[in-house]
Amino acid sequence: MSEEKKYLIQNFEPITPDKLLERVRNLKDEGYRFVQLCGINKKDHYQLLYAFDLDHVMLLLRMDITPDEEVESITKEYWPAFIYENEVHDLFGIKFLHNALDYGGNFFTTSEPTPWAIK
Amino acid sequence: MSKRTIIPFGPQHPVLPEPVHLDLVIEDEKVVEAIPSIGFIHRGLEKLVEKKEYTEMVYVIERICGICSFGHGWGCVGAIEGAMGIEVPQRADYLRTIWHELSRVHSHLLWLGLLADGFGFESLFNHCWRVREAVLDIFEETTGGRVIFSVCTVGGVRKDIDNATLRAISQKLEEIKKETQKLTGVFINDTSVKNRLCGVGYLSKEDATELCTVGPMARASGIVQDIRLTGNGVYDEIGFEPCVETAGDCWARCKVRIDEIYASINMIQTAIDKIPDTEIAVPVKGNFSGEFALRMEQPRGEAFYYAKGFDEPTKFMERMRVRTPTNMNIPAMVKTLQGCDLADVPMNILTIDPCISCTER
Repeated sequence: MSEEKKYLIQNFEPITPDKLLERVRNLKDEGYRFVQLCGINKKDHYQLLYAFDLDHVMLLLRMDITPDEEVESITKEYWPAFIYENEVHDLFGIKFLHNALDYGGNFFTTSEPTPWAIK
Repeated sequence: MSKRTIIPFGPQHPVLPEPVHLDLVIEDEKVVEAIPSIGFIHRGLEKLVEKKEYTEMVYVIERICGICSFGHGWGCVGAIEGAMGIEVPQRADYLRTIWHELSRVHSHLLWLGLLADGFGFESLFNHCWRVREAVLDIFEETTGGRVIFSVCTVGGVRKDIDNATLRAISQKLEEIKKETQKLTGVFINDTSVKNRLCGVGYLSKEDATELCTVGPMARASGIVQDIRLTGNGVYDEIGFEPCVETAGDCWARCKVRIDEIYASINMIQTAIDKIPDTEIAVPVKGNFSGEFALRMEQPRGEAFYYAKGFDEPTKFMERMRVRTPTNMNIPAMVKTLQGCDLADVPMNILTIDPCISCTER
């Protein structure tokens, strides 16, 4: 693949909740920039997608969690992640432990609570 | 120790066209802490993926924002095309790049006007928006819309621009460039303007890196980061170079955007000279499957798009995710507010070019 078409590179890497923080710490040490975090409702479980960038190439960590599983916050490594963890909490109902700036469910005003949650 | 006071800033405030709230902790006119609150108008557009087919989602996604609507549409179809392995005709890629860069010109002119309005230079605001109108006229002539264009579609674009019109646009851009030069000199050189911008809202390169800042906000702090370098569109064929400043203050952020206006005009003119005569779209049939993550350099910075299909291909997507640049720059805005004078808070907020409409997609 040519150097100019970096946008075509799709690096998806599976990760388990117990390895998440260690991997994120390594990425921080390697100079990766945090890009975003989003949730996906897989009907019987959730999937979290963490995106990072190094030299304009993305790396995406894909993590499956059970509906009532609590996830460690990555805000100690990447403080700006507080926005996404609060967003995922308010939309999916997923709880993040040790979030550096926890809005306690008041980040988004939605007409129904946790609209993306598994019903 | 001075007494601390908390001043609520927003969600309704003259410098905020859209609702965002800040709790400003003040000590002797200095801000010592700022706590942001968003989410007042969250629209849940991503959830419409459950009701709209993958070919229709572009019309939802481009309604995220009234300023960078075209870029959102391109990001959405780009992610879908990536997942489905669709190769877009070259002319469509050129047309997308032209419309996207025109969006950047109009966005930055709009922002310059808002900034002028913010520091009380009303006539400068009026002139910035007067020049911007000419760009909106180009949109109307080529797409039929001034805000929402609906020209991006999966597989290419829905409308072509004939070569004579393209040449006329190139000439029109020359006039816009001349008009803009009359205005930008005021932003860069005027003493009263510099008094409001220079040294205000300083964000070091280290802090910008730590806070994962994107777009002109990052480039004004010396970070060479621009998603147009990733090879999407035709940027590698039209001489793209990122605009970077190192001062890291409000003035540097203003200068980056001014430089980007001229860079965009030059790129559009080069694209018009080089645009090939090919088809503008390829037919797209079948259901959606696969996944693709794509980023676009919107006027405010990096935007992220992720399209994912179900395990069994259907007309619907399982997830369409959009992360907009303002989301990523709110932490940096909070950082620049710490230690600034209360009177400089509006300049700090304005120079991240916040788009709450994007943030509340």
